[in-house]
Formats: sequence, C-alpha cells, structure tokens
Amino acid sequence: MNRVYMDHNATTPVDPAVLDAMLPFLSSDYGNAASIHSFGQKARAAVESARDSVAALLGARPQEIVFTSGGTESDNHAIFGIVGAASGVAHVITTAIEHEAVLNTCQALEKSGVAVTYLPVDSAGLVDPEAVRRALRPETVLITVMHANNELGTIQPLEEIGKIAAQADVYFHTDAVQSVGKIPVHVEQLGVDLLSLSGHKFYAPKGVGALYIRSGTRLRQLLYGGHHQRGFRPGTENVPGIAGLGKAADIARQSLAETASRTETLRNRLERGLIERVPQARVNAAAAPRTPNTANILFPGLEGEALVIALDLKGLACSTGAACSSGAVEPSHVLTAIGLPPEEARASLRFSLGRHTTEADIEFALEVIPAAVAQLRELSPTYRKAGESR
Amino acid sequence: MAYSEKVVDHFNNPRNVGSMPKEDPNVGTGLVGAPECGDVMKLQMKINPETQVIEEAKFKTFGCGSAIASSSLATEWVKGKTVEEALAIKNTEIVKELALPPVKIHCSVLAEDAIKSAINDWKKKKGIEVRPEDMPSH
Repeated sequence: MNRVYMDHNATTPVDPAVLDAMLPFLSSDYGNAASIHSFGQKARAAVESARDSVAALLGARPQEIVFTSGGTESDNHAIFGIVGAASGVAHVITTAIEHEAVLNTCQALEKSGVAVTYLPVDSAGLVDPEAVRRALRPETVLITVMHANNELGTIQPLEEIGKIAAQADVYFHTDAVQSVGKIPVHVEQLGVDLLSLSGHKFYAPKGVGALYIRSGTRLRQLLYGGHHQRGFRPGTENVPGIAGLGKAADIARQSLAETASRTETLRNRLERGLIERVPQARVNAAAAPRTPNTANILFPGLEGEALVIALDLKGLACSTGAACSSGAVEPSHVLTAIGLPPEEARASLRFSLGRHTTEADIEFALEVIPAAVAQLRELSPTYRKAGESR
Repeated sequence: MAYSEKVVDHFNNPRNVGSMPKEDPNVGTGLVGAPECGDVMKLQMKINPETQVIEEAKFKTFGCGSAIASSSLATEWVKGKTVEEALAIKNTEIVKELALPPVKIHCSVLAEDAIKSAINDWKKKKGIEVRPEDMPSH
C-alpha cells in the first residue's frame, strides 16, 4: 500500500546524513564526553561541534546552548528555572494556545502560588503584543510565548513582544519547537532570552533537544547531579543524539530557505485543492502568518478522529488536535481558543508536510481526502449538504 | 490509540447503514448524543407488531471510529431479536466484542441508549408502557 506521511509536526524521520553522523557514537566512539582520555575527548569534540552548529542556526554563542532531552525538558527548565531564581511574589505571562509542556508547567506553578496570566488569541490564532504589555505587573518575572503553534502553524509576533519584554526588563522565553528548521529563528532578532527546541521536529532523533539561555540570565537549574554542561544540566551527555542534533542544525541552516519555499507551494496546493474539492471545507487561521508546512482544515459535518482513521486505512497519515483527557476526548484547546465551537474543533484535521513531501503525495491526498469526507458525511445522521433541508 | 480489528472491520464495512420512514407505525427511532460532544447516533428498527421481532435495523452515526462500529454492531445484534431480547443488550457486551479501550466506553453506552430509545419510541407508538428500567441512562 502507498503510505504518505503528513504528520511532520508530530515528528520527522531521521535524515540519513544525521544518522551517519550519529552512528560512530553508537559503536566505536562510545566514550563519555566527561572523560579526559582519548575516547572521552572524541565524544567531547562531537558535543562541542554540535553546540557550535546549534548556536549558528539560532545566531547565538555556543556557550549559550544547553543540551536537553527535548522540548518538554527545555520548557520546564526555562519556566521553573526563571521563576525559581526569582525572589518573592512572581507572575508569569503566557498564552492560551501554548503546548502542554508550557501550559501544564504554568499550571504546576499556579499550584505553588505563582500567578499566571493566559492571554487569549484572535480568530487567526495571534496574540496581541499590546495585551502582553497590559498584562505586565511589577512582579512579572517571565513572558513565555510560543513561536509557531503546533496545530495551526501560526507565527506569533515575537519581535514586538521581545521589545516589550526588554523595556519592562522581564525575561522572555519562547517554545520554538515548531519553528526551528522551518523558518528563520534568530535569537537577537526575536529578542528572546530563552528558547526551547527539539531535535525530532527537524530530522534529528527523538530524545534530544536544546535550551538557549542568553548570557547573564539568572535561572535555577532543573536537575542536580554531576558537573556535565558546567553543572547546569547534569547527566552524561547523549552523545549520539547531540551529534545528530548538530548535523540536523547544519542541514537546516543550509537548506531552510529552499525547503520552506518548496513546502509552502505544496501546502498551498493542498489547501486550494481541498477547498475546491470538498464542499464547505475551510482553512483554519488562514489569515495569520504560518509555518510553510502546516495546513489545518475544517471539514464540517464529521468527527475528526473518524477521518484520521479513514485516511490511515487509505494510506495517508495526518492528525487531529484532539488530546485524550479523563476518559473523554476533549476538543483541541488551540482551536477552541481561536473561537471554533466544539463540533468544528472536532471536525478539524492537521496536515503537516515535510522535506520529503512530493507533488505526487499532494495529488494522493487530494484524491483520498474528498472521498473519505464524503463517505463519513454519508454516514452522519445530522450532515446536510448546503441548501438541502432536513 | 490502537483500534481492534473488529472496529476497523465495522468502520470499513458498516452494516445496515441507512434510514427508514420515521412516521411508519412499525418503525421505532432512537436519536442519541450531541454534535458538540462528538457523537450522534440514529438507530431505527422495524418491529413486527404481532411477534415483537425486530425485522430490520438501520443506523446513521456521526462520531469517531468506535461510535460508528458500536452502532453498526448494534444493528447486527438486534436484527431477529424480540424487543425484550434487544432491551437486554448491555453496553459491556459491545465493549467486549469490539475490544474498546476505556476512553471509548461512552460509545458503547451511546449504542445501548440508542437501542433502548428506538424501542421505547416504537412502544409509545403502539401504546405499550415503557418501563423505567428501560429508559436510556443518558
């Protein structure tokens, strides 16, 4: 069966060149990067070279990069770290559409007495920088706003928020897990003090990520242990993963512009094709600047999970924004935040393209999606075609 | 989430999809669930007034794969049964047959409710008393 993968915002395949860069550290070059002998020094060189690569991708200095286990750890480290280093009452500003790695971290802070403001977004999924300014309090210690949203691809106006944060002398963190490797991400331009990224979202393996920490930023460490990464993030370095992350960063830096423009052309073709071929289909957050690979489409009259299964049975992998919680499948908090009623949030699917997506893949999707949608609508007791009465 | 082979089978080849005239005195219609909750099931049965045997069953469902499979299975099970036998079908039997995971148990509950509500609709048409224990749980 022809299988097409359109779920790159969930994870990406490891690039063959990334795998090649990792393999020696999974076999012959197995040293601990903290050891002073030649085995260790080989591993150390790989880790430091990867640090240079990640720093170069972000326009940062190598000493400002800390390797972590991934996006979730980086987000936890940044948020708990800043708040933990603050003295007295603390207040954090974030948004309603953050990834759970940020949202649930903020909720944990609330339980320990920290005040958190969750800013709303408009119907395009964007935060108003002026709302950030208005939310500032004397005790605000951190603003954390994601760069690109995982479900919609919307890109937040970080530069403007960064200026507001700098004026107010408040630390500014961004979860850039969904933007790194897809669009240019430059820490100086964005004005961020901390930035989280995850390897497996841009063709490195799962289980490795990084946190950018601007020099001079005061934060408490998350983990306690040995003196690895200057004691800041103890734990023996994941040398194969880090080497892979470095290689993935090199590839992203070299090919980002070309990949982005090709992917955007394909994504736009997919969106146009679906609107033409599926009655009542709509693109969510179409008005916002978005990552070039992400399409979030509303198909009124069906339930998204059923469509994901129907498409998977036909060979197309995509996803809903729905997350299972407490026995019931709740509609996506992101789609709810842009104002979609629950039945529309449940009827929305995300297609996220990747570096290897081809025109033939788009044609395949445009063939199978309209048929699957029609099939499910046919099954529905409530769906009525436009103009048809009950 | 993994789907059992039986769910996939019903999802791919749903049995007894369709509608029957609601006004037919021998047809009972059950419509349960709400679109904002993610599932709506319509279950209809044509019942022989003499024998009380369910001669035909049709469904239409808006919902996830498990909801579609649960209602498809329900139509298969009620066909040929008497109303009393059909009223005895428990959601737990549907859970077992389709190997539904805990998060999908509500789909089986909805299917049981749809069976009860269709039969009760028919009973009302026939002037037969509806027992409180046969009222849908939701």
